[in-house]
Amino acid sequence: MNVLVCIKRVPDTGARFELTPDGRDIDTRNLEFTISPHEECAVEEAIRLIERHGGGSTVLTLGPEAATEQLREALAKGIDRGVLLETDGSEWDPVATAQAIVEAVKGLEAAQGAPFDVLLFGNESADAGHYQTGVRVADALGRPCVAGIKALEVDVQDGTATAKREIPGGWEVYRVPLPAVFTVKEGINVPRHPSLRGIMTAKKKAIQRLQPPKPEMQLVKTRLRKPPERTGECEILGEGVEAVPKIVEKLKELGVI
Amino acid sequence: MSAVLGLVEHDQGKLNEASLEMLTLARGVAQALNAPLEAVIIGAEEAQARALADALRPYGVAKAYWVRHEALRDYAPLAWAKGVAQLVQQRQPKAVLAAGTDRGHELIAHVGAQLGVVAATNCVEVRAQANGPWALTRLRWGGSLLEDAELKGEPKLLTVAPHAVAAEPAPSPATEGVELELELEAFTPELSDSDLVVRVVERVQAERKGVPLTEAKVVVGGGRGVGSAEGFKMLEELAALLGGAVGCSRVATNNGWRPHTDQIGQTGVQIAPDLYIACGISGAIQHMVGVKGAKRILAINKDPEAPIFQRADYGVIGDLHEIVPKLIEEIKKIKAGQAG
Repeated sequence: MNVLVCIKRVPDTGARFELTPDGRDIDTRNLEFTISPHEECAVEEAIRLIERHGGGSTVLTLGPEAATEQLREALAKGIDRGVLLETDGSEWDPVATAQAIVEAVKGLEAAQGAPFDVLLFGNESADAGHYQTGVRVADALGRPCVAGIKALEVDVQDGTATAKREIPGGWEVYRVPLPAVFTVKEGINVPRHPSLRGIMTAKKKAIQRLQPPKPEMQLVKTRLRKPPERTGECEILGEGVEAVPKIVEKLKELGVI
Repeated sequence: MSAVLGLVEHDQGKLNEASLEMLTLARGVAQALNAPLEAVIIGAEEAQARALADALRPYGVAKAYWVRHEALRDYAPLAWAKGVAQLVQQRQPKAVLAAGTDRGHELIAHVGAQLGVVAATNCVEVRAQANGPWALTRLRWGGSLLEDAELKGEPKLLTVAPHAVAAEPAPSPATEGVELELELEAFTPELSDSDLVVRVVERVQAERKGVPLTEAKVVVGGGRGVGSAEGFKMLEELAALLGGAVGCSRVATNNGWRPHTDQIGQTGVQIAPDLYIACGISGAIQHMVGVKGAKRILAINKDPEAPIFQRADYGVIGDLHEIVPKLIEEIKKIKAGQAG
């Protein structure tokens, strides 16, 4: 089988955000970048599908040249090849992003002479959180889409997939014919770390570059702001085990014991 | 007149809180446009739809559409969205709003795809105007940052972030001289078999054990500092003594120490306990966004520079592996005293 996984490069933010002086972006000068968490799990799911059923895998991202770093990370974990939809690094809204991905998928499928059996996305990106790119790609391609899944099983003989979505108090089960699109949530698996050998072989794997035309955006970010933060001092109860009586006192005061 | 439509979610005939919050925000949007607020109910029986419509009335809803179809009884995202998209094409509303829930996000994404219009998700504030783009504020990074944005396209598609506004009935519902029953208009969409390929085929109930994280009054959370799966045993003991539940940060999940269902934060659960005891947790943004609802935070961390201390109400500097067992011992003594 043939799997395509779409990822997004996002800053690895740590404990606080610093904004750029114009307030339009996060100041990323001192930050590392990573694959957005849900998509890290999507990459893992793609690798597992190929390990189980055989075939080939492709990782795709829309972003600046620097996003090849995240493609390489996925390649190091075991994805076969990468595709970069290269932009100038400005933000694309979900309609524009989905459109570019749809065109790329059509091109890749025409070149390989077959559709991807499974398209994987993250449910939403860590930064922008638009919750719609995968769904839009699915609808544009006319393929079934199950969003926000935490379990996926493919029956190659049947050409179907069973996906589970967690809801309050239980699970919804969906069964769809392939080819199909799934947006996954963290928790579907525990992503692996790349091996040293994986990192070495990733350097030799091919990354195809495409330059999609940038359309006019319907949703435009004008400014970022920090929400009002909790104010008030942290009351230090003490250090080490000597602090335990103070903790107990505080727990009593709060009515916990 | 073009209306503002709110897609309401219901569970066995009861409106969910997120939908009422959405309607409260949507009412403000409708007022700004001088347009009526109308609701859309999908996938209910007629009696249920009638009851839901009446429950909507106090929220300033002028009329409700009941999207009915044999195949829409259980959830089928694309079919539900096609129903909404067809209603939109017929009624030409100014805006369509949904709750910022999993289902709301999925529906509005499909509706947007059908109409070729973008959706602004997790909005907390919307400044609507009759013509041109709307200015709005939405959540980024799960609520750690706010984004001011401009939304173009017709109709405007939005979801409302949960807890962004409190659900409030309209201030002065007209009671006299107005029919008490809300107008409920049935709308039957045209659906094909391909629209129904994705639908719930089975429901599985999760086994319920202990106090759920989201409902616990006390949550004991563990992070990198716990160091191992075994390390969580003492946190479980502490939580049990306090009648609470155990949670964790993403590090603990990624290391396989805890199941993902225990993960608190942007990609896990959001908790709202009276007290959150954070053990060996540094306080990364993605984690802290999940504990915004906690009334009090007590942090135990050996690094006095850990960012968690800037967000906590009470702090203890030291090794949790020494402090927690001692704390358990002391609480046990007190409990034994109380029992005796």
